[in-house]
Amino acid sequence: MEQRNQVLDNVIIKFAGDSGDGMQLTGTQFTNTAALFGNDLSTFPDFPAEIRAPQGTIPGVSGYQLHFGSVNIFTPGDECDVLVAMNAAALKANMRHLKKGGTIIANSDGFDHKNLRLANYTDGANPIVDGTLDSYHLITIDVTKMTRAALAESTLGIKEIDRAKNMFVLGFLYWMYNRNMDFTFKFLTEKFSKKQDILDANLKVLQAGYNYGDTTETATTRFTVNPAQMPPGVYRNIMGNQAAAIGLVAASQKSGLELFYGTYPITPATDILHELAKYKNFGVKTFQAEDEIAAICATIGASFGGKLAVTASSGPGIALKAEAMGLALMLELPLVIINVQRGGPSTGLPTKTEQSDLFQALYGRNGEAPIPVIASMSPADCFHAVYEACRLAIEFMTPVIFLSDGFLANGSEPWRFPKADDLTPITTKFATEKNDGERYLPYKRDEKLARPWALPGTAGLEHRIGGLEKQHETGNISYDPENHEFMVKMRAAKVARIADFTPPQKLDSGNEKGKLLILGWGSTYGPIKGAVRDAREKGYDVSHAQVRYMNPLPKNLGEILYSFDQVLIPEMNTGQLLSIIRDKYMIPAIGLNKVKGMPFSSSEILVKIEELQKK
Amino acid sequence: METTTQNPESPKFTSKDLVTDQEVRWCPGCGDYSILKQVQTVVPELGIPRENIVFISGIGCSSRFPYYMETYGMHSIHGRATAVASGLKASRPDLSVWIVTGDGDSMSIGGNHFIHLLRRNFNVNILLFNNEIYGLTKGQYSPTSEEGKVTKSTPMGSIDHPFNPFALAMGAEGSFIARSMDRDPVHLKEMLRRTNSHQGTSFLEIYQNCNVFNDGAFEIFTEKSSKKEEAIFVENGMPLIYGQDGTKGIKLDGFHPKIVDLTVEGNSANDLWIHDESDRVKAGILSRFFDRHEKGVDHLPRPFGVFYKEDRKCYEEAMNDQVVEAIAKKGAGNLDKLLQGREIWEIH
Ligand code: SF4
Repeated sequence: MEQRNQVLDNVIIKFAGDSGDGMQLTGTQFTNTAALFGNDLSTFPDFPAEIRAPQGTIPGVSGYQLHFGSVNIFTPGDECDVLVAMNAAALKANMRHLKKGGTIIANSDGFDHKNLRLANYTDGANPIVDGTLDSYHLITIDVTKMTRAALAESTLGIKEIDRAKNMFVLGFLYWMYNRNMDFTFKFLTEKFSKKQDILDANLKVLQAGYNYGDTTETATTRFTVNPAQMPPGVYRNIMGNQAAAIGLVAASQKSGLELFYGTYPITPATDILHELAKYKNFGVKTFQAEDEIAAICATIGASFGGKLAVTASSGPGIALKAEAMGLALMLELPLVIINVQRGGPSTGLPTKTEQSDLFQALYGRNGEAPIPVIASMSPADCFHAVYEACRLAIEFMTPVIFLSDGFLANGSEPWRFPKADDLTPITTKFATEKNDGERYLPYKRDEKLARPWALPGTAGLEHRIGGLEKQHETGNISYDPENHEFMVKMRAAKVARIADFTPPQKLDSGNEKGKLLILGWGSTYGPIKGAVRDAREKGYDVSHAQVRYMNPLPKNLGEILYSFDQVLIPEMNTGQLLSIIRDKYMIPAIGLNKVKGMPFSSSEILVKIEELQKK
Repeated sequence: METTTQNPESPKFTSKDLVTDQEVRWCPGCGDYSILKQVQTVVPELGIPRENIVFISGIGCSSRFPYYMETYGMHSIHGRATAVASGLKASRPDLSVWIVTGDGDSMSIGGNHFIHLLRRNFNVNILLFNNEIYGLTKGQYSPTSEEGKVTKSTPMGSIDHPFNPFALAMGAEGSFIARSMDRDPVHLKEMLRRTNSHQGTSFLEIYQNCNVFNDGAFEIFTEKSSKKEEAIFVENGMPLIYGQDGTKGIKLDGFHPKIVDLTVEGNSANDLWIHDESDRVKAGILSRFFDRHEKGVDHLPRPFGVFYKEDRKCYEEAMNDQVVEAIAKKGAGNLDKLLQGREIWEIH
């Protein structure tokens, strides 16, 4: 049969299998190959909630979704075009995410009696043979058998041979999408540089998968997805947590302050620790504390000592840090607190994403305790947003909260990374002299209302700070009622003043005035952007703004909001920014809320846009 | 290894230079006054520049301490001084870091940080003012109060079994464990010097009288009438002798301490337990001399002095070593290379 070649502008592939099937690796290999080829892309892994859920069961399914294209890609995609199902459970768990008529690549060995039973198929049912998938394009391959055959002469044990299965699938997909396998060759060669037999096996199986596509008539069509039109420049692929880690190192280098990272392991923030622990040659000190409270308190100590001090956690851990965050704000010391949000409340959904900690970030402390909050919009933006958080913390002498979420943390996208020289400078000033004649006043403020940072070791500036209310300028303990009210207002004014030094809110797309504004924050950026593009192509009057500075809000935000008839706020919570906007700007903003541990799809937002505009 | 950080060029300062302009607000007669005075006396002798000294406290009566010391200081939050000090010392090994805490602050709300500080062995000093009561909140039992203690929160007597702080510190791998008391300035000053000179986490428990809510808790160790019989001062290399005119001694019968009457013929100081600060097993037994309230045949005196001392690498040093090693292996970090990562592509 003749093979056809079809050009597509974007494709969504979901790699799904048992935790042990190596789907994350397969996905990232395909991703990096696509990235190096010049496709725009966005990815999102879908980890099982349990570390070692029973093999073959639905809770044990691990997935990785890749959306790549020759057009601009904003999200990992809604429904997939291709579903790779290594076993029956992977198929069952992901069928609802597959497009009507989409392609299924099924490993028939994963559909034996045992696997079918574990995936809760009724007795006798087998979707890959009983015709239930007739409306899809089903490609069935006995991957296990093919892998074993390819390695018939290998000296490896059967367990190790079977472990190479994912390479067969990867090779087949590389064939299907006309990809060059150099990146994976190189990767495997480095990874198994000391295990020649395993390297040989992997390379052989990868090639076998590719050849299988070429020589059999399993699939009759190959696809080409051309490079995307992206702004010229040099790109890399990056995940959110990785970007945050690099952003912290960059802020450390640009501020001239050593990075001290005190944290306690928690999903999904821990990868930032793993990443930073590799960068000790940048002078980075990582401290895995005994608990969340110790983690933040140790960073407060480091900040007092003059370091760029950062702590990170997720919602439950941030709750534990609340008292110490209050201390940091009383001490007026620079500190960055990272919250990689996950599904809550309580332990909630550790591996799922949510934006439900906005209120916690803004209000989750005793007393009047304002802290600036910055939210990242995309995986790569985690770099820029955390860098900005560090800059504000240092220049304004305040703790700053950086909000990311599970979707950003584990998602990836191409990044036109900056040059070190092009990064915004961060000005670090240490007090070296007395600032009031013969006295040193630790709470005397500058034009930004920031107090001076005098480090232990500086002769003549010995002073005491603490969590008790302090007298204006002297910092001495004060119970004076007038002073207390003054200081409460002063701390609020200091945070509010940051808005004078941060960029105004910009529109991401659309007209400056009009019928509908979609106002988003955080990781809803991609889905909203995609929806707004589609809506505008259909002729709808809709604009998009994505807020990054959650506190203080940009000074011109009101002006923008008042320029539209309607404001729609999509959030992965029950309406937290919505309440804030309604309260602060007194407009009847409309919420679009999703609390399913899953990001929005662009189509969900598009449906809402159409509904609002048709009225 | 015992050293003091000496900077010969640093201007000398006196006790008076350590007094701040803040009015000391402890209750009249509180044991804290004496401790403050001894600390202010000893610190100028240590040869550490004043600006390199930091006092960090948590919450409680004792935690007001930093406000009264003209050094760098932080009055942090309840139980967390140990954690704050860990981060400070980790990032600034050059500083002399002192933690001032109480029995509630370090054994109750901050118990977790206390034990982890000891095992990590940062080179810091912990002064635990143990008054066996909650003073600041006006008199509730603490984790070191004895069973049956009647307080406002325990009108029928406390049912909590108390901590033995030394057994806890031994279990937490403490590298220096010592005890003194507010009413013995000479001994306290000596213990403060030893506390400072130990390289590692130095834990000094100071019995402190809260004359308002727990007056006389340590009277038997401090009053002339009972001190000789109830307290024993241990010194490295010296036999365990106490009692009126040094007439009693302690010897070891296997792992069991036995009181020996030295006035009885045949009993000699030569057979007594010789204190060895580096002996972990004996320190463990010594930490169990803790039976104040049941007087009986085997009633043992409460030991004061340095119980245990061990040289172990300090955390901040090991942490720095890794940074140095990483730089030696990989070269100092290059930000542009980090930004670029491993795989890049160009779009024209
Ligand atoms: S309450 Fe007790 S410990 Fe506190 S200051 Fe008064 S006497 Fe001292």
